[in-house]
Amino acid sequence: MLLNALPSPEGGESFGDRLGAAVRDFGIPRIIILGFLGVLLATAVSLRLPMGQLFGNILTRFGMNGILVLAMIPSIQSGTGPNFALPLGVTCGIVASTLSIELDLRGFTAFFFAVGVAIPLGAISGYLYGVFQNKVKGQELTVGTYFGFSVVSLMCIFWTVVPYKSPEMIWPYGGSGLRVTITLTNRFAQVLDGFMSFKIGTMTVPTGLLLFFGMFCALLALFLRSKTGVAMMMVGSNPRYAESAGLNVDKYRIIGSVVSQALGAVGIIVYAQSFGFIQLYLAPLFMAFFAVASVLIGGASLRRATVWHVLIGTFLFQAILVVSMPVANKVVADNLAEVIRIIVSNGIILYALTRKEAGVDVR
Amino acid sequence: MTTPQQDHLGSSGDPRKRFDVMEALRRNVVPLLFTVLCVVGAYYSGLTLPFLINEIIVRMARNSFLVISLIIPILAGMGLNFGIVLGAMAGQFAFIATANWEIGGFVGLILTVILSIPLAILFGWLTGKLFNNSKGKEMITGIILGFFANGVYQFICLYILGNFIPIRVASMLIPGGIGLRNTIDLKQIHYALDNIWKISISFGSGVPVTIPVVTLLVIVALCVGMVLLFKTKLGQDFRAVGQNRHIAEVAGIPVDRVRVLAIIFSTVLAALGQIIFLQNLGNMNTYGSHVQVGTFAVAAILIGGASVSKATIGQALMGILLFHTLFIVSPLAGKNLLGNVQVGEFFRVFVAYGVIGVALALHAWQGVRRKKGGA
Amino acid sequence: MDTPRLEMRGIAKEYFGNRVLKGVNLRVGPGEILSIVGENGAGKSTLMNILFGMPVIHNTGGFEGEILFDGAPISIRSPQQAVELGIGMVHQEFMLLPGFSITENIKLNRELTRPNLLSRLCGPKLEHLDMPAMRSDSRASLDRMGMSIDEMLPVAGLPVGHMQFVEIARELDKKKTRLLVLDEPTAVLTESEAQVLLNAMRSLAAQGISLIFITHRLDEVVQVSDGITVLRDGEQVADLSPRETSVGHLAELMVGRKLEAVGCDGCAPSPRTDQVLLRLEHLEVDMPGEMVKDLSLEVFQGEILGLGGLAGHGKVGVANGVMGMYPARGIMAIEGTPLPLGHTLEALRSGLAFVSEDRRGVGLLLEESIEMNVAAPAMQSQEKFLRKVGPRGFQFSIMDRRAMRRHAERFIEELDIRCTGPEQIVRRLSGGNQQKVCIAKALTLEPRILFVSEPTRGIDVGAKKIVLDLLVRLNREHGVTVVVTSSELAELRSICDRIAIVCEGRLEGILPPDASDRDFGLLMAGEKSHRGRDAEGPSHLSGSCGQGSGQGSKEESPCS
Repeated sequence: MLLNALPSPEGGESFGDRLGAAVRDFGIPRIIILGFLGVLLATAVSLRLPMGQLFGNILTRFGMNGILVLAMIPSIQSGTGPNFALPLGVTCGIVASTLSIELDLRGFTAFFFAVGVAIPLGAISGYLYGVFQNKVKGQELTVGTYFGFSVVSLMCIFWTVVPYKSPEMIWPYGGSGLRVTITLTNRFAQVLDGFMSFKIGTMTVPTGLLLFFGMFCALLALFLRSKTGVAMMMVGSNPRYAESAGLNVDKYRIIGSVVSQALGAVGIIVYAQSFGFIQLYLAPLFMAFFAVASVLIGGASLRRATVWHVLIGTFLFQAILVVSMPVANKVVADNLAEVIRIIVSNGIILYALTRKEAGVDVR
Repeated sequence: MTTPQQDHLGSSGDPRKRFDVMEALRRNVVPLLFTVLCVVGAYYSGLTLPFLINEIIVRMARNSFLVISLIIPILAGMGLNFGIVLGAMAGQFAFIATANWEIGGFVGLILTVILSIPLAILFGWLTGKLFNNSKGKEMITGIILGFFANGVYQFICLYILGNFIPIRVASMLIPGGIGLRNTIDLKQIHYALDNIWKISISFGSGVPVTIPVVTLLVIVALCVGMVLLFKTKLGQDFRAVGQNRHIAEVAGIPVDRVRVLAIIFSTVLAALGQIIFLQNLGNMNTYGSHVQVGTFAVAAILIGGASVSKATIGQALMGILLFHTLFIVSPLAGKNLLGNVQVGEFFRVFVAYGVIGVALALHAWQGVRRKKGGA
Repeated sequence: MDTPRLEMRGIAKEYFGNRVLKGVNLRVGPGEILSIVGENGAGKSTLMNILFGMPVIHNTGGFEGEILFDGAPISIRSPQQAVELGIGMVHQEFMLLPGFSITENIKLNRELTRPNLLSRLCGPKLEHLDMPAMRSDSRASLDRMGMSIDEMLPVAGLPVGHMQFVEIARELDKKKTRLLVLDEPTAVLTESEAQVLLNAMRSLAAQGISLIFITHRLDEVVQVSDGITVLRDGEQVADLSPRETSVGHLAELMVGRKLEAVGCDGCAPSPRTDQVLLRLEHLEVDMPGEMVKDLSLEVFQGEILGLGGLAGHGKVGVANGVMGMYPARGIMAIEGTPLPLGHTLEALRSGLAFVSEDRRGVGLLLEESIEMNVAAPAMQSQEKFLRKVGPRGFQFSIMDRRAMRRHAERFIEELDIRCTGPEQIVRRLSGGNQQKVCIAKALTLEPRILFVSEPTRGIDVGAKKIVLDLLVRLNREHGVTVVVTSSELAELRSICDRIAIVCEGRLEGILPPDASDRDFGLLMAGEKSHRGRDAEGPSHLSGSCGQGSGQGSKEESPCS
């Protein structure tokens, strides 16, 4: 043991050992996913698909999903596991977006108004959910999943009775409630994507979107290194250790929930501005699963996640989705991309669930 | 030595009796609440009683197996088995086969059952193995497994069937494409079980109430079988493992095997349940019939008063009754009360999810309290 | 003489080169009660594991010596085999399912069944339970111990004493059981319950069943045994009959003076003063398995105080209660200033620091680096290792990686932590080095009083000495007051100024490190308070102590 721990004089282990260890650390599923992406890309090239456009799409989808995936970090780091209750924050973001339309705002004003309303809404709901979550320690994943479902279905009732007047949102021929899909074309669609965007060949780079996402990554990274962020990490990786350092475990779990739901609220607005539509009713139902899968693909576990995991995971996941769609269209049938998304995302979550986690609360 | 014990019992005997009413109320608060909801909903829905009874009987007959299939894993300490979705898939695969061979009637039904069982055993075995690798996280694993399996199921139905496995009946395939259609007609097997013996009872002028006797008999047989199962050695093992894995292990019970068996039982029952469900419906939504099976069955048994760790057949049956009554009446009641059909429809979806969420939260909360109290 | 029921000859066992049993012989005749006494780690459980053919024995290279059962040499490869031979075991923790009735628990996995139609088709798993037969069997087993309790009652809600009887009834119900091992059966019982159990044991012995009784309560040993075997450090120190021994004598044999000297022998005396630094009054701590019931203690400025006692008696609970890791009541004061109990942050800020006995569970963030482990608590409670960033007016503090690195490097050098560098993950370190990280973490808080629990548990011999030396150096060079909790008395005696012995959640007494083995043994076995309570007078207390020391000190044990 002691000898092992000493720095070995000249590299020590053979290259093969190191490669083996690296592969184990990286995880078999991730290698499969990388290999799959490689095959997809090769097929895409050989089918002469417009690669520039594809890469542009990947960049856009990367930026548009990124903040939703970032929302997983605070909850994982504070020990409550991936945030399956993300639809809660997403709902807050949607409420804020619809509010900006109802107030007839446009462009950046509409976008930043929505973000400005979404953050406190998300934070408040995150606080309430955090208090609730502390009562169900150990079952956060299951309870969170159904809490998320419940919120979405409850909001369905809200959308049918909400007294909005904006003609863009209500049904054109009467009937109560809002439309299933609300177009953002004249509101804040692509305000970020279009900001300072440029083209390299056929590839469009959504500069504003990437900058906005980058800013949130940087802010979150800073937060994780602050005193509070470190405390959250301590609470998450060993609550007993945190207690012995005088920390209030419940408080930091709540902080994790607050930050996570606020990020979820902002995330859906960024998503909607790229997508060009707001989807109401049951659309947010499975939002959480893709975000969870993304961060896990990036190398996170149920107890540990970094900004890097988010960047890598979101990129890989979205790349697979973007490339598989035209490839599948050409090779087999149209729906395959959707099926692949379901299998890959849930497969990676299953893998993470069945893996023995090291360093968990030993008691 | 024994006197204090008797004293203890003697002294606590009387107050306990007085407390019984409150205790019974508290224990049954969920079913009572939903009974009130159902009665109010039924009143405002404006449906006639015979119609309502007919609908309820149909739904009881359809759903009993699926809900009862949850009981064994609950008692074996594995929580609510969201993995019964895989059982439902096994049933549907079997239906696809018999529909493809165009075998109908009672024979077709029996063949479907025979085909579904080995498939369900295989799926159950795999699910059980997976659950043994995620002990303590069975429920979330089951939920995700359901989604994952649904992906694989779609892959098979869309790209394997009709492509690699030939389908003879052209009407089952997407016209001009490959893969199965969204809806598969099961006309040949429609009511194969229900119609063997039906009794109609008419109440004066209203719609006569129709009772599918054989289906109900099968369900009664299942209930009796379930009661008997828990009087056998295997049933005792389920209960022992459910209470404490470690102690059961020390006593020499092969815990992992018992857990896998529990899931296999559950999956097979779910497969049979889905077959009964579909023979009553008469057609199969290839990509949708199974998706909500887990959620609805779980919601039903919880509404009946079961919890994550306790369930009885009575609770299962009660739950089906209440959940489906609510399902029937809530859109109409929503329309009559709020002038909006959709509200009622969304409300019942919310009830399904909300009830599961609340039950899971209560279970976790009790766990946290027990940990604190027991320490 | 009859053939003994069980005979174990020359039993020796090595775990990874560490000899934990060094040639033990024991014999139990039919209807005899043999008591085995010894400190924690004396080898009692290893001996029983061998008798039961536990996998842990066979996975670590087996054992030496032979076992005879009813005169025939046997080799026991598995617990099932032991059960088949007729050896029963009653575990220390209850193996009862609360939701099952007493009958169902007694018959757990040995249910009586009747075949039916389905079971003939699908196998015996589907046979019906024969409840009436199970009931009458259970009734018979309970009756053998004189228990008239209803056999259909659920186990949940039974008093602890009854649960113990249900456990024993389960063993008795195995028809073959001829030898019953009771592992500390009275530890959880009140004295009157224990008395009933001892009577039941005698009556079982009278029915011809042989019993092996493992316990720390020496008065019970003297009262009930036909023979007594004393183990110490894997050696058989004595074989006695209860007539030729006394509680005091047993205590002395049990503790013994260990030879290896650890710690700092030749260095300067501790900077101890007469000033009370920490005062605890009527401390109660709700720590499962280590309850502190009513403990008052003073810690002097500059001393090294040891907290000793048997496992489960509450010594570990003291530090945990003081630091707020478990709910605690009572009065605590530092230099006369009262301090609330149950507030970890307050305790840390008042200059207390704690190295937990549960290194991996409480002491470390296993997946984090050494530098993070060392710095994190000080960062949270004392604002160390933080630096301000951001423009004026929007400043906030983030962690100062460079300061953490420098700090960790200093400790790595000072405490000689063997690692690849400050950023190495703590999980990959050896036990001893992990312990040093824990100590470095506590020292970073610059404490006035350092609580260290079980500092040498689970680390190898060489590392033990280094850790103990480190504690002494801290005390001598930096004047830190140290409170060490340890199950190894020898270790406490080598470094402490005073040793407080905790028994049944109370302070049993305080001794200098050079007090006699007998005195330590008596305190640890709680004999003083037992006698004291029986006689209800302090005069008797000193009397029993004096009487004990007068009698046993010259007596040589037959085996040593």
